[in-house]
Amino acid sequence: MRLAGFFALAAGVIALPVLFPNNYFVIVVGIAAGLHVILAVGLNLLMGYAGQISLGHAAFFGIGAYASAILTTRYAWPALLALAAGLVVAGVIAWLLARPILRLRGHYLAMATLGFGVIAHVIMVQATHWTGGPDGLTGIPPLNFLGWSVNNDLHGYGVVAAAMLLAIWLSLNIVDSRVGRALRALRGSEFAAQMLGIDTSRAKTQVFVASALFAAFAGSLFAHQQGFVSPDSFNLTVSVELVTMVVLGGLASTYGAACGAIALTLLHQGLVVFEDYEMLIHGALLMAVMIFLPQGLFVGLSQAARWAWRTARGMTP
Amino acid sequence: MPEQLLQFLVTGITVGSLYALVGLGFAIIYNASDVVNFAQGEFVMLGAMMAIALLSAGFPLPLAALLATLLTVLVGLLLERFAIEPAAGAPVVTTIIITIGAAILLRGVALLLWGKDFHPMPAFSGDAPIHLLGGSTLLPQSLWVMGVTVLLVALVRVFFNRTLLGKALLACSFNRSAAQLVGINVRVMLRLAYGLSAGLGALAGILIAPITFSSYEAGIMLGLKGFSAAIVGGIGNPMGAVAGGLLLGVLEALGAGLISSGYKDAIAFLFVLMVLFFEPTGLFGHKAAERV
Amino acid sequence: MGLAHGARHDALTAPLLAVEGLEQSFGGVMALAGVSFQVPAGLIYAVIGPNGAGKTTLFNALCGFYAPSAGSIRFEGSELLGLPPCRIAARGVTRTFQNLQLFFTMTVLENVMVGCHLRARTGLLAAALRLPRVRREERQLRAWAHEALELCELADRAAQPAGTLPYGLMKRVEIARALAAKPRLLLLDEPAAGLNDTETFALRDLIARIRAAGVTVLLVEHHMPLVMSVSDHLLVLDYGSVLAEGTPADIQADARVISAYLGGAVQYAV
Ligand SMILES: Nc1ncnc2c1ncn2[C@@H]1O[C@H](COP(=O)(O)OP(=O)(O)OP(=O)(O)O)[C@@H](O)[C@H]1O
Ligand SMILES: [Mg+2]
Repeated sequence: MRLAGFFALAAGVIALPVLFPNNYFVIVVGIAAGLHVILAVGLNLLMGYAGQISLGHAAFFGIGAYASAILTTRYAWPALLALAAGLVVAGVIAWLLARPILRLRGHYLAMATLGFGVIAHVIMVQATHWTGGPDGLTGIPPLNFLGWSVNNDLHGYGVVAAAMLLAIWLSLNIVDSRVGRALRALRGSEFAAQMLGIDTSRAKTQVFVASALFAAFAGSLFAHQQGFVSPDSFNLTVSVELVTMVVLGGLASTYGAACGAIALTLLHQGLVVFEDYEMLIHGALLMAVMIFLPQGLFVGLSQAARWAWRTARGMTP
Repeated sequence: MPEQLLQFLVTGITVGSLYALVGLGFAIIYNASDVVNFAQGEFVMLGAMMAIALLSAGFPLPLAALLATLLTVLVGLLLERFAIEPAAGAPVVTTIIITIGAAILLRGVALLLWGKDFHPMPAFSGDAPIHLLGGSTLLPQSLWVMGVTVLLVALVRVFFNRTLLGKALLACSFNRSAAQLVGINVRVMLRLAYGLSAGLGALAGILIAPITFSSYEAGIMLGLKGFSAAIVGGIGNPMGAVAGGLLLGVLEALGAGLISSGYKDAIAFLFVLMVLFFEPTGLFGHKAAERV
Repeated sequence: MGLAHGARHDALTAPLLAVEGLEQSFGGVMALAGVSFQVPAGLIYAVIGPNGAGKTTLFNALCGFYAPSAGSIRFEGSELLGLPPCRIAARGVTRTFQNLQLFFTMTVLENVMVGCHLRARTGLLAAALRLPRVRREERQLRAWAHEALELCELADRAAQPAGTLPYGLMKRVEIARALAAKPRLLLLDEPAAGLNDTETFALRDLIARIRAAGVTVLLVEHHMPLVMSVSDHLLVLDYGSVLAEGTPADIQADARVISAYLGGAVQYAV
């Protein structure tokens, strides 16, 4: 069945807070992981399927977050309307940027997206009047809709979990469709894709916008969840982490991206106890995974599992 | 206004020299291995931090600089041997992440060794500013930066154009398998490239440390600017990277002075984006015709 | 009335493809030096010539991948020159490639479904929400893809990743993929290269079936027995110009053609 993995995941997401009731760690880390999954799954559409790297994706995450923060705190907009506005802003910026940026290839594309990310970050720090500068904005109300306010962590977990499942479902649908096949085709051979009637620059634009929307959506949720935003959450390091999640899990696999996001979130939580060694270990692990499991954890490990299964069966005739 | 412009120009060329050296390192490694080394900025940081540490341990400046450079070269060689070589032939994203991982690792090591503080380094020949016409000033250290950069760039040129080793390295960048066929040891050449880049980076770091101070994070922005320089110049074109670095430095200084210093980095990257939008392979990059 | 009749008459006699004075150079190399020819509908039209004659360049120019410096390419009466490749494909011209351009990580079926791209409409939003009409269209695409696979005798390989097929079958998937777009003109660039004799035989039958299905075929090929037996008309290119043109029998008797081939290394008995 097409969505078997999806339902298994959904069951796991619901089971967690039931198995660990009132467990602060599960809830808080779960929320962080869920937001990361949305970001990674969106970025994977662009990187994994369409084969276009983006080292500036935190910018769209930030645009969503700041839109919600500014509109709800300064102009008292309802949360959902602010979220929609964030999506629109991120979508329009992505759309404007897509054509000139996605004409670039390889390292030039990496440079351009990275530059975009740095520029967005500098604006967040400098446009103090709007963004509150380096200190950011505080006092963002919790997400509320239809008279229901998300005012405890368990509710927050529920909302993020639902949003995450929605993101995964959308991604699975896109990948397994005419549009998704066109994206995979252009990654395989842009030339052949064009010769089959695929307007590749249009396809790239669309997927760039789509992945920006995923990021902005996560950004809005993040802003409401935290109650404050500051530029540090949207800097280059974050962009790099997003790319790492996608590649760590395994490019071109929605579940792979989700696994990568969860793995990296847990890794960060785990490394906190090492304090000063955190950075060193983080760097070393990143290198090790890329050198020894270049297809990523999810793909690499599932291949290894299959191989082990086959040899095990082979030994018991 | 004009005297201010002169001041911006002086600052711009000083910083631009630094970008040029880092960009040159990017170009050399890219040529030899098709890898953009995101740890290039960390070479700069390591050079500076190690020199500072050696100085405070009582070494005289020339010896400290030499040792710091050699140690950084060693780091470059280790990076090539244990991170780049095993991943030969990997796709662009993979190598990007490996070198980013290396950068984080090196930063982590620096953090452990030297903490989070900024570390000062005494200027090579005093802090008394030299007065130029119209009230602009120039630090003696800036002269060191510019002078040594000119010298290093000239040496790199001579190395690539006049020496057999340099030509062999150049041959690898044009066609690795052909180079292998004519008996060039491509592996050795790769290590040479990493060593050379690391050395250039370290020297850049030592030169600038007296002006900007240094910390474990100092390499991040420098690395990015060096990458920008290499891209603006057309990646894989060493002299293009030098030109790109100078251009970037001057523009950034002008932007900081005339528009807003807070937006200086944004201005630099906006310039890079504009270059790429109009020249998708950089200002001096060659445009390879696609074939099917 | 008279006008309508005239137009209809035109459509009957006008060639499907008319190329006039096509020029394409790379630096100093004139890869196409004023090539003109016409392909009537319903034919298997072969383009032959020694290595480097400009055959692939001709295909790339026809498909909009290059921007020729002079000439015109009229397909069903309208100009193709200046259109981007995807628009040319939409007009009804698809192709295969001398160097495989398969989507290796996708299955054979998916490859061919990409070929059906132009026959469907699903956009990003509808796909993301998987609306009922998207499911219907998806079923339709599968059916169309299977038709193309049947025609190319690949139905039993549908679920296999394309990259795991033997070389001969990969080339066939490219043909199926191009056919799935329902083109009126199919360009085949050296479909027999790398095939063994049995596969070449099967290929000949396949090309004949494709023509029988109403698709005009423009064939670039070095395998002379195949070319001579399957094609209706031949065009010989040498150094980017047309050296000769005619039926297989004409060409086999043409002294210039023989010397053009013998002038280079002797590769194929003509
Ligand atoms: N993109 C390109 N850049 C530069 N030169 C090219 C390019 N494409 C083709 N050429 C040159 O144009 C000439 C014609 O090449 P083309 O590939 O069209 O030959 P061909 O007839 O297909 O040969 P073959 O039978 O070997 O496939 C050759 O001299 C080739 O080197
Ligand atoms: Mg050819």
